[in-house]
Formats: sequence, C-alpha cells, structure tokens
Amino acid sequence: MGQADVAITRQEVEAFLYEEAALLDAWKLDEWLALLTADAYYRVPSNDRPESEPGGTLFTIADDIARIRSRVARLKDRNAHAEFPPSRTRRLVTNVRILEKQPLRVEANFVVYRYRSNDDARQYVGRYRYVLRKEDGRLKIAGREAILDAMELASLGAVSFIL
Amino acid sequence: MRLVVNEPQAFRFEVNRAALVDPAIHELEQRRIFDRCWIYVGHESELAAPGDFKTRLVAGRPLIFCRNGENQVRVFLNTCRHRGSLVCRSREGNAERYTCFYHGWTYDRDGALYAVPGQSAYPPNFDKAAFSLKAPPRVEAYRGFVFLSFDPDAVPLYEYLGNAKEYIDLVIDQSPSGEMQVIQGTQEYDIRANWKLLVENSFDDYHLLSTHSTWLDYLKNSGVEMKRPEKGHMLPAHGVGKDLGNGHATTDNVNFRGRPVARWIPIYGEAAKPELEKIRAELVARLGEARAARVADTNRNLIVFPNLVIADGSSVTIRTFQPLAADRMRVTAWALGPKEESATARAVRLDSFLTFYGPGGFATPDDIAALESVQQGLAAFREVQWSPMSRGMAKEGEQLNTDELHLRAFWIQWDKLMSQ
Repeated sequence: MGQADVAITRQEVEAFLYEEAALLDAWKLDEWLALLTADAYYRVPSNDRPESEPGGTLFTIADDIARIRSRVARLKDRNAHAEFPPSRTRRLVTNVRILEKQPLRVEANFVVYRYRSNDDARQYVGRYRYVLRKEDGRLKIAGREAILDAMELASLGAVSFIL
Repeated sequence: MRLVVNEPQAFRFEVNRAALVDPAIHELEQRRIFDRCWIYVGHESELAAPGDFKTRLVAGRPLIFCRNGENQVRVFLNTCRHRGSLVCRSREGNAERYTCFYHGWTYDRDGALYAVPGQSAYPPNFDKAAFSLKAPPRVEAYRGFVFLSFDPDAVPLYEYLGNAKEYIDLVIDQSPSGEMQVIQGTQEYDIRANWKLLVENSFDDYHLLSTHSTWLDYLKNSGVEMKRPEKGHMLPAHGVGKDLGNGHATTDNVNFRGRPVARWIPIYGEAAKPELEKIRAELVARLGEARAARVADTNRNLIVFPNLVIADGSSVTIRTFQPLAADRMRVTAWALGPKEESATARAVRLDSFLTFYGPGGFATPDDIAALESVQQGLAAFREVQWSPMSRGMAKEGEQLNTDELHLRAFWIQWDKLMSQ
C-alpha cells in the first residue's frame, strides 16, 4: 500500500482517468471525492506561471484535501451561484503518458467543454498532471494539477467547476 | 439624458441603467473618464531589474511598463512611430532595446529611436529625435503604485489621491520596510458586464449575505467565530462606508474573516499561529498598539477612482479592470505582500487569498455570476430605467458598509465628469 504497482499499465491508468472524467461530468462529486487520498491536492496554476509552487506564487486554485472537500460542499449548495444550475461539462482526456512509476506520475491532455444557458460554449484546454497511488489495490489520486494553455483566462472567465 | 438622480432632501438617489448598457455612453466615458483621470498602470515591484518590462492594456492603449538602464520606471505607448505596430509583443521580460519586427526600427529603454534600417533613404529633414516612443503625458507614482494620465493638465497624483492615500498607507504599513511587493502569478479574466458594476461589487457589503452564503458557511464550518450582528446591522462585525472625495471611497470594517496580517483563524492551521503572533508583535513594536490594531484588525476595500480596487481583506489584492465594451471588461488581479515576509507568512497570505478572491476562489466566481446576471437583466433598461441606490440616505452620521454612501460617492464623481 502507498506504492504504485510497478507493473501498472497505461490502459489501467486511462481507464481510471476516464472513470474520473465521467464522475466529474455527471457532477457525482462525492463519488469523485472517494477517488482522492487523504492527503490529496488539487491545483490550477495562474496562466502566466504554469510551472510554480503555490507557497510563493498566486494560483487560481490551490486546494489541500480539506479545501477540496469544502469546495465540493460549496458546489453542492444551490447558493454556489456561479454553478447553479450546474454547468454541463464534457471532458475529453487524451495523450495519457506515464512519466514515472514510483511515485506514479501521469500526464494527460484535456479539453473540457463547458455550457451554460445564454452563454457561449467555453473550451478549457490544457494538461493534467497527476500523482496516483494504489491504496488497497485501487488507484487513487494523491495530486491533481490542471494546467491551462490559455495565456490568460480571458473569455474563459472563472474556474468555478472542478476542472 | 439624466444618468444619475441625486436628491438628498428627497432621499432619492437613482442610476439610469443606460449608463451600464449604452455603447454611446461607453464611448463617451473613455474620453471623459479614462482620458482625464489618473489610471493605474502597475506596481514598481513588478519590475525588479533595469530593463525589465511588462506590456499591458491600460485605458484602451497598449503600454510598455518598464525600467530603463538607470532602473527608473518608464511608461511608453507600445506603438512604433513608423507604421504603428507593437514594438514589444511579449507579455513580460527583460530588454536591452525594443525592436519593431515589421521594418526593424529599434528603440532604447528610454524610448529614444536608436536605429532605423536604411536611414539614408529618408530626406535630410528626417530627425530621429522626433520619433521617440511616445510616453503618456503624465506618469506619477505614490508609494510604488504607478499611474498615468492622458490629461497634461491633470492635478498631481498626490493631490488626486487625496484622502485615499491614508488607506493606501494602511496597506503598506503591513511591511516593516514600507515596501510591498506584487507576488508572481496574475489572474486575468473577463466579465461579461459593465465595469462600473465591478466597482460597486468590490465594496458593496450589502450583497455579502445573499451572494456569498457558501463562503460564510465555509468560514463557519472551518471554526471561524461569527458573532450575531448587532441591532440594525447585517454582518458579524461593525463596518462603515466612507466617501474619500474625488470619487474615491472605501469600506472600513472590523475584521471577522481572518487576516494574514495578523489575525489568525483556524483555516490558517495551528502551525501558522506562532508566525502570525510574530508578525503581530513586530507591528505593535513598530507602530504602537493602536496603529497595529488599525492595520491588523480592520479590513478595507478601497476604490481609487475610476478603476483600481485595493482590497485589504482575506489577503491584499490589487485589481484593475479595463472596459472592453459597454457589457464587457477585462479584470487583472494580483496579490500584494510585504517584501520581506517569511516563506510561511507568504504561503498563509496566498492560501488565504484563494479562500475568497479570484476566478477559482470561494466568492469571486459568484460575484462574476451576479454581475453577468445583472448585465443580462439590464437588457430591459428601456422599460426598467432606474436602479435605486439610497441605502443609508436618511441616516444622520455614520454610514454602514451595507449602506450605499460609498457607491454613491463613485457615481456622483462619474456623473460630474460625464457632464463636463
């Protein structure tokens, strides 16, 4: 436990990431939380400093697990006005690469299409950087960073849903 | 067209919604507001070394905000004197010279035209000295905050800022050396709404309970103490709205939400407690009890007319916004912290920032949603023409942060400049 299986395959990782994407697109946020380790983080760096650490650089999002849980609690509240009614999202996760096996570091490209009433479709394009870990034989997310390619958020506006 | 109705005797203050919708008014305010006022450009700390530059859009103009070889701050209009191309197309960097790639005209860091390829083909009266990069007519700074004015006859910045200076000083007093620093990492996002709605929203505490209930719940659930509001109040702590003159205005609130300088809340974690106590002790030693409490135990959202917000709340954010159209703005926001702050304190400051502010925070996205919702509703401005802004008008004396005196102060100045 706590160690990735050195025999892990890309197919296994892909299946896991697809499952995660399906949960997020379905707004099954509690089920998504269950994919995270007890020390997980979720980060979206500022567009102009994509390779940074949140201790010394202003991020868009830099959540530890407690903040992730609060974020989910907020998003489930109908008073989270930016996401009520919830956006429809559809995420395409591709180009999955295992960069390192111990610890298990994975990168993947994404496009997240986001739709709201009376609003143009917004396309969030970038790459995910994951740290995955096996716990009790199951893959879990220990770290998750969504790095946007856009030079600035500009017409993307806010990142109010889980990217 | 009457855009603001201000009748204090009748307790009547109303804003014509056309002011937030009409493209002709948007065009006019570019000239009457943005071409006359002092407009925020950037903070000196964003340029660390000689030759450092940032390019940005300010008051509709492309600018180079930079340091010359002698480390002095310079602001140039980012347009080649030959055909007009941007001479610098990078967001940021360090430059010895600026070369326009189109025909190769090259300028030095003081804006002087340094080289013109094939210069001999120009007639003898061609004078390189006449083709320096143009600077805005006025560029002045107050304690690191650099502003420009396109009005050569503008009053000096110091005078323009007037009573707002006291509130800038309060922010800067966080720093033992008196030097605050913009922290790297920029939040730049558009809001599909009129820029004046963000002015209002930036210091309108009336919306806090309804728009930000999930944020208040988050604080509560994280162990932050929330007192029941006093009689006649809406929020857990006392707070007022103030008119600072010249269109500047601020809230001035007793803090309940925690501050990296220097009021610990459980969200910061036990480990940060000694660090915050140290910061507090330094404040008291340097400023005395009363001033230290003023700096640490109050939070203030300041509007410097027309489009600079300095919010000294859950962290310090500088936020400026450029109107792109009557119904669209580009917001740029930075975090500000004491230059000499420790790594622990810096991390607390940035973490605290993200609990509330920014496009991924627990509050700002809902503000954006509110403003965009307003803008959509304003499409009915011909039928529903006026918005009331009279909260607190019948009160004698103190005006609360949930009243609208400070909003009215902004609109009165806006209306004054738009009418002349």
